[in-house]
Amino acid sequence: MLALTILSVAIVLVIGIGLYLKSEPVLSNSSWWELLTSSKWKPLKGLFGFFPFIMGTLWVTGIAIIIALPLCLLTSFYITEYAPGRIKRILVPFVNLLSGIPPVIFGVWGVLFIIPLIQDHIAPHFVEFSTGYSVLAGGIVLAVMIFPLIVSIVCEVLNTIPQELKNASLALGATKWETIRKVSLRKAKPGIIAATVLAISRAFGETIAVLMVCGNNADVPHSVFDAGYPLPALIANNYGEMLSIPMYDSALMFAALLLFIIILLFNIISRVILARLERKLAL
Amino acid sequence: MIRRKLEENFFRILMVMATIVVAGSFFLIVGTIFYKGVPFMSLDMITKIPGGGFYIGKEGGVLNAIVGSLYVAGGATILGLLISIPVAIYINMYLGSRNFIANGLRVAFDVLFGIPSIVYGAFGFLIMVYFGIRASLLGGIVAVTLLVIPILVRTLDEVIRTVPKELRDASLALGATRWEMSKVILRQIRPGIFTAILLSFGRAIGDVASVLFTAGFSDNIPTSLHQPAATLPLAIFFQLGSPVEEVQGRAYASALILTIVVLIITVLSSILAKRFSKNNIG
Repeated sequence: MLALTILSVAIVLVIGIGLYLKSEPVLSNSSWWELLTSSKWKPLKGLFGFFPFIMGTLWVTGIAIIIALPLCLLTSFYITEYAPGRIKRILVPFVNLLSGIPPVIFGVWGVLFIIPLIQDHIAPHFVEFSTGYSVLAGGIVLAVMIFPLIVSIVCEVLNTIPQELKNASLALGATKWETIRKVSLRKAKPGIIAATVLAISRAFGETIAVLMVCGNNADVPHSVFDAGYPLPALIANNYGEMLSIPMYDSALMFAALLLFIIILLFNIISRVILARLERKLAL
Repeated sequence: MIRRKLEENFFRILMVMATIVVAGSFFLIVGTIFYKGVPFMSLDMITKIPGGGFYIGKEGGVLNAIVGSLYVAGGATILGLLISIPVAIYINMYLGSRNFIANGLRVAFDVLFGIPSIVYGAFGFLIMVYFGIRASLLGGIVAVTLLVIPILVRTLDEVIRTVPKELRDASLALGATRWEMSKVILRQIRPGIFTAILLSFGRAIGDVASVLFTAGFSDNIPTSLHQPAATLPLAIFFQLGSPVEEVQGRAYASALILTIVVLIITVLSSILAKRFSKNNIG
């Protein structure tokens, strides 16, 4: 049992080392800095600049968080503070169901619903022409995907805030909203930050849904209606040819390593915050 | 005073609207899938494997992908259980629930849970290249097992923690060893194990990025571990990319099948979870 436990935790290390060893060839060819900041993506010439893909990932993730965070915070406040028990019992299962829907279904939905929506109704107001396949589409689909994650964590955190604290504020004549803004929000801040960081890392690594709606164009996006090419999509899209071009597999494994490191860091940060919160409450 | 009241009402309305958007997105997604998928649904879809010319719109179904997905998700869940039950027991019974190392391990599994499936897929691919295995059912099962272990461990851990401490103390007091005590606990958490199985199965059956490199794709139902296996999400992805309208329609129908399967699993697991918390003593 001890062996199994150690083994399964050690997977983190093994993945990191494995990916690093595999990306060694591309790293010995050019430095980390070059790989991260160059925009030249020409696998046939051995030029691997990840900048467009990193920017693609950042755009998509950024849009997703900007859309999802306010909506999810308001929803969590409604569920924990306002909603009567009956409505709560109906609402919470739907949030859970949403979290069970597989990524590929989100992708299909994005293609069928979000893309036409952007192409016909949103983009024409701002730009002359858009196919709909854009970082905005990716951001919207990702936002919906991270709804359940943020709502469930923030609700849990909000539920731990002592009722006495809120009562004190209400007794001083504050309205419910003022209590939320000045008491709950302040008290729940670390939890909300942790939930956001976790949501960011989730959005960072999401592959297939983003791949289906982002347009996959290896240029740095300049507006929300431009196509983007996030890192996970790059890996997934090119696995077929990666063994036929020299260094290509190494470059893709470097992309995986990059994702792995960023997400690992984000996850550790948020999990440590959450674990601390939990322990503080247990005492 | 009026301003404060207005502010209160304004934000209350905003909150209700946000809630409608969040909960409504579920209906929007499922509604879209049903609306597009139902017209293309037929018995052939779930009873036949792709015939000749399937990918230019001729007849056939996606039975190969359905069975492939069941094999991969089932295999990974069984393999995952064999690993995660001992781990969950070790964390709780041998280290104790409040132990410093136990808490560290919990954080570690949460972190593992956060690692995206594409990284597991890429890593699975590395292992396969290393051992010289070609894309096959076996490769898919291994990659997906890595993906579901954290889910299984954390769910089982939560369930074991709900078992009253008195029960452990009682069995220890009767002279049972820790291992014998663990067997008592395992009996007690049986419904919880089912919840964990359903959760892991649901995640495994819907995941694409981990099987993309590892399981391959095939029009036939695999008969051995070394043959490539089609999976449902991958079938949806490939068919959707086709320019032929008929084939795209099949993607919608396949998406409908997957959605229904996953919804049933999710509903079942939440019912089980509720039952479990009700029947529990203490």
